[in-house]
Amino acid sequence: MKRKFFAYPYIVWMILFIVAPMLFILYYSVNVGGAWTITKAWATLSDAGKWNILWTSVVMAFKTTLICLLLGYPIAYILSNMSKTVAGFLSVLFFVPMWMNFVLRTYAWQAILEYFLPNLLGMKDSTLTGTEAAVLMVLVYNFLPFMIMPLYNTLAKLDKSLLEAARDLGANSILTFLRVVLPLSIPGIVSGITMVFIPAITAFTVPALIGNGKYYLYGNEIELAFKTLSGQGDYAVGSTLSIILLICVVVSTIIMNYFDKDQKQGGQMW
Amino acid sequence: MVKKISRSFKYVYLALMILFLYIPILYLIVFSFNDFSTGRRISYANLGAWKGFTLHNYTTLFTGEAGQALLLTLEVAGITSILATLIGTAAAIGIYSMKKRTRNLVLNASQLPMVNPDLVTGITFMMLFAFVNTLLVNLGYRKVGDMTKLLIAHISFSIPYVIFSVMPRLRQSSDLLYEAAMDLGCSPMQALFKAVIPDIMPGITSGFVMALTMSLDDFVVSYFVSDLKSVLSVYIYSAARGAKGVNPALATVIFIPLVTLLLLVNFRRIAKEREYEIQNKKVKLKDKGGK
Repeated sequence: MKRKFFAYPYIVWMILFIVAPMLFILYYSVNVGGAWTITKAWATLSDAGKWNILWTSVVMAFKTTLICLLLGYPIAYILSNMSKTVAGFLSVLFFVPMWMNFVLRTYAWQAILEYFLPNLLGMKDSTLTGTEAAVLMVLVYNFLPFMIMPLYNTLAKLDKSLLEAARDLGANSILTFLRVVLPLSIPGIVSGITMVFIPAITAFTVPALIGNGKYYLYGNEIELAFKTLSGQGDYAVGSTLSIILLICVVVSTIIMNYFDKDQKQGGQMW
Repeated sequence: MVKKISRSFKYVYLALMILFLYIPILYLIVFSFNDFSTGRRISYANLGAWKGFTLHNYTTLFTGEAGQALLLTLEVAGITSILATLIGTAAAIGIYSMKKRTRNLVLNASQLPMVNPDLVTGITFMMLFAFVNTLLVNLGYRKVGDMTKLLIAHISFSIPYVIFSVMPRLRQSSDLLYEAAMDLGCSPMQALFKAVIPDIMPGITSGFVMALTMSLDDFVVSYFVSDLKSVLSVYIYSAARGAKGVNPALATVIFIPLVTLLLLVNFRRIAKEREYEIQNKKVKLKDKGGK
């Protein structure tokens, strides 16, 4: 029986609401109020300040990813070496915060850094928000479980007899880790990096709440372009900024896929 | 000795990391019992000074904007998960019977909303609706409302998750099942609903749960799509940036059911695994005894 037509409602939906909207980014970047013009797009592209913020955001995303990897790898490794029952329970503990509304968690950090810690440290009139370190810490906080999850999945599947073989062949535990465990966990590392780095470039909630107006990232620049307080934002500027962002995302996805040798089902996007 | 130290170091590290992950949640839960009234007004802004125990935050939690936002969140998530599951399951069955090249094309395009950052997805929807609304106003019609916009956006980013959880099940399920049902006198439709659908049900269920959580969890897309009224996370964001702040009792109300649910599911899984392990051991023992 031909069941292809089952997919037709979805295909129509997809063209209308997923593919077509992507074209609107292009449309609005060169169309201001119904008139075709590239002056706004060009003005945005030649604004050095925007490129500086983009660079800051990429560096920030890189730092976030690196710290998440350094903190998350030991966690995943320790969990993968525990008995299944204990590891199952502990891994749930690590993943529960992921399910909790992340705006609310970020708000909690805002409160802690703005009131609680300064009160505790006796610095009544100062806040700890609005600094790069604070934004970095909360970004790490938000993305850490996304790093642990793929690492844990890879390490838990690791064949333990390989470790025994390495030890039998005379490798000490450090050498076994460096020569056997680490190379075999690269797929997990790559997918962990993908799950952290790309969302981190586009993050705007954390800098908006923790940056306190003093420290902001590229995502906030886009947010500001679209959602100005006076209602209708500047779509031409916002669209141009989004195109640059999209290019960054595509480039980093291509780089990640190059490292990720095992093909996922259904083929890769880029 | 060295082993003992390294073992306790491991546990200390895990404990510290768990503490790090739970600090903000615990902080909000503790302060949800704090008295925030200053004079006759209530302001959650000074979320750092303890002024006394009260349950007042819980009784006023869902009055006003927060309650409306919660209601809208549940409504959107409910409708989204049902429609996305229906469209997505049908799509997966359809895509499965396509030729390889078209199938890969459709599947690749379906990954678009999954690999796209939320920010870009939100912006594309925002611009689509801006375009449609200008068109509608020019033609003399009413604008598209927030509810419709939220539903369209949420269903769109949820469908791929349903497709990708139903697809593996379809691959595992044998085509013979369908043919057997036909041989036993089912019409094609009956065979589909009585043989194939029950067989892929676990995939459909997990797709439904995925769609539900994606919708409940979403902030970025909803934030860009809606203008006037929106879902809970958008309410939290604007309240957090405003002067009044957010009622911390929200954290308790979200956290406690979530933890209970997850632990329950996990304990059942662990219990099952345990049972399986014990049975395996018994089988092994029997084998040894037989020898």
